[in-house]
Amino acid sequence: MTDINRRTFLRTTGGVAALGATIGFPTLALGAVRRVVVIGGGAGGATAAKYLRKLDSNISVTLIEAKPNYTSCFMSNEVLSGERTLDSITFGYDGLRRHGVEVVIDRAVGIDPVKKRVQTAGGNGFDYDACVVSPGIGFKWEAIEGYNEQVSKETIPHAWYAGPQTELLRRQIQAMPEGGRVIVVAPPNPFKCPPGPYERASQIAMYCKHHNPKAKVIILDPKFAFSKKGLYTEGWTKLYGYGTDNSMIEWIGGHEGGTVEGVDPATLTLQTEFEEVQGDVINIIPAQKAGAIAFAADLVDGDWCPVDKQTFESKRHKDIYVLGDASSAAKMPKSAYAANSQAKVAVAAIVARFQGMEPGDPTFVNTCYSVVGEDFGISVAAVYGLDAKNNMIMPIKGAGGLSPANASPEIRQREVSYAHSWFKNVINDMLE
Amino acid sequence: MKRNNTTSNNIYTLLLGMLALVPATVLAAPTGQALSFTCAGCHGTDGSSVGPSMPAIAGMDPEVFVDAMKAYRDDQRNPTIMNRMAKAYSDKQFKDMAWFFAGQRLHLFPQEHDAAMAARGAELHKKYCEKCHENGGRPGDAGTLAGQWMPYLEYTMDDFLNGKRKWPRKMRRKVDAAIADEGQEAVPAIIHYYGSQQ
Repeated sequence: MTDINRRTFLRTTGGVAALGATIGFPTLALGAVRRVVVIGGGAGGATAAKYLRKLDSNISVTLIEAKPNYTSCFMSNEVLSGERTLDSITFGYDGLRRHGVEVVIDRAVGIDPVKKRVQTAGGNGFDYDACVVSPGIGFKWEAIEGYNEQVSKETIPHAWYAGPQTELLRRQIQAMPEGGRVIVVAPPNPFKCPPGPYERASQIAMYCKHHNPKAKVIILDPKFAFSKKGLYTEGWTKLYGYGTDNSMIEWIGGHEGGTVEGVDPATLTLQTEFEEVQGDVINIIPAQKAGAIAFAADLVDGDWCPVDKQTFESKRHKDIYVLGDASSAAKMPKSAYAANSQAKVAVAAIVARFQGMEPGDPTFVNTCYSVVGEDFGISVAAVYGLDAKNNMIMPIKGAGGLSPANASPEIRQREVSYAHSWFKNVINDMLE
Repeated sequence: MKRNNTTSNNIYTLLLGMLALVPATVLAAPTGQALSFTCAGCHGTDGSSVGPSMPAIAGMDPEVFVDAMKAYRDDQRNPTIMNRMAKAYSDKQFKDMAWFFAGQRLHLFPQEHDAAMAARGAELHKKYCEKCHENGGRPGDAGTLAGQWMPYLEYTMDDFLNGKRKWPRKMRRKVDAAIADEGQEAVPAIIHYYGSQQ
């Protein structure tokens, strides 16, 4: 049955082959191996590497990533509360290797867009037909006086890349005196994982509720509002006494003097617009910009990388595609799901172009779960399409949005389970 | 002979590639594949969820898929997020995604289960469920139950039993009969049976 079908199919499509030959498919005819170099092994880069091989196993794919293992920043707030270990959010690249991706552990330091070659710190060069750049974020250290990389490693972690700093922050929280104060300094927009700082405060409060019930978590925030604010407020009220004198969480927005201007690491004192605030543990999430390679390779306009949103090809250099947090992808947020979704759009465009075709119309999804506390999960989601005329990625009207307010305990509990399920599936979709 | 095979394989791949390319230049909307790829972050690559609670959708019957998406779009289930997602798509797009997932091989993953409960559940399944959920609940013209993630099955049954989801024809009678037969352990036993399948 199958054989007959196939024979018929071959016979029928013989005509199409002749047609194809007359129209001409130069790349297919020549059978040249196309090379894609992917810089960065996070949600954008890993997904791109896997899906390139999945869509066309004739493409040679090289992934250049500085670290031998990937530690996800998403779910790392649960490490702070002790709900999970750092090991449980750390993964190797063997899954990608099994897909035939060449994984090079090295740091990309430059891209020559004319010679089409990526240069690494290890002194190697990698030629490409298309280059995918997904470096994530870098920090604007200068935004808070007294804060720098060294301080972040020793005294005041940012922990906005998960890893040793997540563990440092965890240890500091555990070692905090009874009734101590944790201060989380939230960044200005735009930044990676908009609901993240508030989930972090929630997870720290959850730890304290069990181990240090008189402790407080104070969020100093330059913004006047934040992602999922209504839902966080509902969760904090239910779980942490928010709004009462004994609240474990306090949020001080920009309108109340929440903007931090400087820090003295020696005394753990923050300078806000109006006053000095001292903490037992401080976590500063600095203002952000595209990762270093984006600047080195001249891919930025201001802090972020402008792209053609149909393909995610750089607006500054041809054949370079910038994904994820580093790209200017309004109106999508900077999130792992967004990067994963953008990677598939860029990959489809790259594969189409290799075959001499026009890229198709893109479609994107973002979903973002936050675990506010025990049995209290919330989410925001959107499906997006392209507004080609304005080069904007627009949420489809009438769809998406937040978890309902005052939902049943059962719905909140299910969203925790779905948050963990999302984590497993998105990691699997990137790396396995 | 072998060489011929390789040659025809190459031609075959080439032709498949060309065929796949033809519509891409014509369509002015995202393809079924492009739409379906966006689901993977929650439902796994090509719809094979790695759990623990988001359901696998690979290999699903296209009609069951479309019906489910329409029910979500119309707020007729007790969803957390799918109602919000489903409102973004047209009937045509539901169909495009349905055919994509119908064409995917379902990969199942081992789940912790109670073997004794699963054995009892197997009997209950045969007696009360098999008529509609054929082949032990493998993908067919009803939703995928065999090897489906157990927390998802628990949520779904809770919703049926608590009046938060409309029962399909005859299902309520069958579930009531199973509970009358086996007591409150009936539904968990059936879920353990499905979870035990590989």
